[in-house]
Amino acid sequence: MNERKNKLISEKNHKAWLYLLPALLFLIAFMVYPLIDVLIYSVEEGYNFASQTYFGVGGYNFSYVLHDPYFLQALKNTFILVVITVPLSTILALLISTGLSSIKPLRDLYQTIYFLPYVTNTLAVGLVFMILFQKTEYTDGLVNLVIHFFGGSSVDFIDGPYWAKMFVLCFYTIWVVMPFKILVLTSALASVNPDYYKAAKVDGTPKLRVFTRITLPMISPMIVYLVITGFIGAFKAYSDAVALFGTDLNAAGMNTIVGYVYDMLYGDSGGYPSYASAAAIILFAIVLTVTCINLLVSRSSRK
Amino acid sequence: MEHPLTTEPPLTTETPETAEVSSAIQTKQKNTRRTALIQKAVIYFLLTIWALIVLFPFYWMVLTSVKSYGAYNAEHIPALFTLSPTLQNYVDAFTTVPLVGYLLNTLIFTAATTILMVAVSVLAAYAFARLEFRGKNLVFTLFLSLMMIPSELVVITNFVTITNLGLRSTFTGLVLPSVTSVFYIYLLKENFQQVPDELYRAAKVDGTSDLKYLWKVMIPICRPTIVTITILKIIECWNSYVWPRLITDDPAYYLVSNGIQEIRENGFGRENIPAMMAAVVVISLPLIVLFLCFRKKIMSGVSRGGLKG
Amino acid sequence: MNIVLENLTKEFPARGKRNSGSVKAVDHVSCQIPDGELMGLLGPSGCGKSTTLNLLCGLEKPTEGKIFFGDEDVTALAPEFRGVGMVFQNYALYPHLSVRQNIRFPLENRKGKDKLSKEEMNRRVEDAARLVQIEELMDRKPGELSGGQQQRVAIARALVKFPKVLLLDEPLSNLDARLRLKTREEIRKIQKQTGITTVFVTHDQDEAMSICDRIAVMKDGLLMQQGRPQEVYDHPANLFVARFLGTPPINLFAGEVRGQTLYLGGKPVLPAPGVPDQPVWTGIRPEGFILKADGPLECQMERVEVTGRDVSIISSHSACTEGTLRSIISSEEGAAAPTARTVRFALKPGKVFLFSKDTEEVIPLSGEGKEL
Repeated sequence: MNERKNKLISEKNHKAWLYLLPALLFLIAFMVYPLIDVLIYSVEEGYNFASQTYFGVGGYNFSYVLHDPYFLQALKNTFILVVITVPLSTILALLISTGLSSIKPLRDLYQTIYFLPYVTNTLAVGLVFMILFQKTEYTDGLVNLVIHFFGGSSVDFIDGPYWAKMFVLCFYTIWVVMPFKILVLTSALASVNPDYYKAAKVDGTPKLRVFTRITLPMISPMIVYLVITGFIGAFKAYSDAVALFGTDLNAAGMNTIVGYVYDMLYGDSGGYPSYASAAAIILFAIVLTVTCINLLVSRSSRK
Repeated sequence: MEHPLTTEPPLTTETPETAEVSSAIQTKQKNTRRTALIQKAVIYFLLTIWALIVLFPFYWMVLTSVKSYGAYNAEHIPALFTLSPTLQNYVDAFTTVPLVGYLLNTLIFTAATTILMVAVSVLAAYAFARLEFRGKNLVFTLFLSLMMIPSELVVITNFVTITNLGLRSTFTGLVLPSVTSVFYIYLLKENFQQVPDELYRAAKVDGTSDLKYLWKVMIPICRPTIVTITILKIIECWNSYVWPRLITDDPAYYLVSNGIQEIRENGFGRENIPAMMAAVVVISLPLIVLFLCFRKKIMSGVSRGGLKG
Repeated sequence: MNIVLENLTKEFPARGKRNSGSVKAVDHVSCQIPDGELMGLLGPSGCGKSTTLNLLCGLEKPTEGKIFFGDEDVTALAPEFRGVGMVFQNYALYPHLSVRQNIRFPLENRKGKDKLSKEEMNRRVEDAARLVQIEELMDRKPGELSGGQQQRVAIARALVKFPKVLLLDEPLSNLDARLRLKTREEIRKIQKQTGITTVFVTHDQDEAMSICDRIAVMKDGLLMQQGRPQEVYDHPANLFVARFLGTPPINLFAGEVRGQTLYLGGKPVLPAPGVPDQPVWTGIRPEGFILKADGPLECQMERVEVTGRDVSIISSHSACTEGTLRSIISSEEGAAAPTARTVRFALKPGKVFLFSKDTEEVIPLSGEGKEL
């Protein structure tokens, strides 16, 4: 009789926890606990990975990281990368998706092509970029050939001057992030109610005015979203740099903050989880600040 | 009073004045048509340029991979095409470096991670979307706030955890921390919630258990979303680099990303670029094929907010 | 299967408002549904009729009170053990299953000794499909069916279990007007054919009146009145029921009873035997007017609407709460519809109801009244 008892939808259902259990276990073990732990690591001074001991608690790790020239180099690289790629890729994506939504034939084809970099392995294609830009004793590489053709002198973009390396990094980063941005903006543009355009046409509104007064405001939430995610993504840049310059980024002078974190953790310079934690928390603080500023700016400009 | 329209002359009758006006309108229309045409041409031109920028690396990668080693190194000026394509580089790629091993490892890693992720996410999303329990809203809010935590923060401890558990260079160590994805749970929960309440009530009237309802009704109805997150997770796994790099020292457990890095640094000798490109093609191909098969699904899934990495 | 509701109450915790306790969706409802009858549960939206239905099928548990199916107390029983079939407002067909699979679904849930053989299941699915005439749609998906067809599938799915009780939640509200008329006839036919005790929830009084054996009118969780449709129509228990039933709706006047006579606008219009002096609400059914040159009720003529079968005279009267009143008279009489500025009516006593201004309950007239 008991099993015939009414088990109701609205009743508290302890079985629900059973469904949730696997997800909770994974999240607690690999997200919540690490989150707390990373804070602890970052304040444990002189932590020794082998013996798992430390001799004090304090802010030394942070001050070490902030005085480490490698970290400062990584910080500088990351900031330059962010400042160049985020606005450039967003504007470029906006132009491309506007163009894309104004044509009909071949639109699907272009869209498919533009999306390709999203599904390719960053490391693998980075190798192709390296070859295109690299200058070796055998060949100047294709890009330098083009520069020659226009009367310039060749540059080694992979092992050469800083600005050249930064240029390739930015170029590749933009190449990698564009698919997502174009896709998001194209779907945002497609979701604008066509009645607005019809109304504008009836009123004889010029195209540019339609774009600035109707299209842009309608898709501005998506642009804000892209800028914010763009900042977050660019601050976390790492594998693009590895793809171009190899795993020893410090030697190439092209390290990023995330790269610094991993170098501190692992590899030849690794074994310092405390420094890594401190650097990761600094990165998180920067990202959080920038995101908040973004949100504030976008909110006040909407008013 | 008479209707004003009836007093006016019929509209088609042309007085000299209106003829002038209409011809002016005609030339104006012709002009706008011409500018529109030019505009279209410019748009197509610019779009094509970007398409070339996107496609060129792929072309170069395939082209280089079919050039023979000797021919490639003899080119001081890289040739834009080749008349004597060879598959030798592909043979080299499969024989001199453990490319098959990398591919197999990635396949195992991707399959295991994706299957576990889908199972865990479906169950959790179902609990959030359909079942009632005390503290549901609180737990869900905590879940959502986890979405903002960057993986870089937690990777450090996970590295230490897996190392201490002695799981370095094992599939268990590779897979476990990669399983959970709060975002996919969120996406699924939203989708589950769109299934009308009435279906659940109807199933309850017929005595369907919660698990059976999930299996027989929810999952089939929400299959498109489940397929989407599966594909997105596959892409993510196939391209993952950082975690595998941290956790595998043994090349026998390298995934393709690490494999490529390994090939680049000590694989064919630094100069055998055609063979390297052959390996790159082999590694890139599966995902490109997957993409071309599920183009619509992947793109709509990503535009719903999938972020790379 | 005789159904009895005893003091049935369902409280929901109040939402949004702090400290305000709970909302009574169903408030001490007692009623009886005789075996084999079609009962219409009627009321405006939010009156608690759907909650009552959910209590009946076991999706909700009552806060108080009991439900009996026959002699068995099913109050605490899970839905699947009550032997109920339910048809939902939006049909709740599983979109990924074919019609056949949808109808089979309830049978597949059975376990143990209730388990059916494949042949038995197929036979019952075919039978149910034949009953609602959807045999040729069996392999389609619900999305490929029209609203009316989906409705039939939903009914077949409810019937395939041989339920003791069939529950229909606003089954016609998603159909267009013409289909609604046809479908309600069919529901009636199927119900008579199978003889299953059926509860039918609707907000459309016309629907309920036309096919139900009994109706129960609810408002704010309270059962206002129940009985045979004609009974309830002819003898409304209170102002709400009088106004809720009938299309076109009843005409309402502010009147007064003085010396056993009803006064509207200060003029005597009808004797009111046995009614103490008091101000009253007066409801007059549209068919309660008789066109009469020397009738006691004088109204200002507005317009005449002709439907063919009968004639509506729209006029106004100062005591009428709506401003205008509608009277329906047969077209023969209506042919003589006045063109003058005013029109005079006599009233049919059985079509005039008096309600207390305080309680809105009906005030009974003792003995048959006469027209004035």
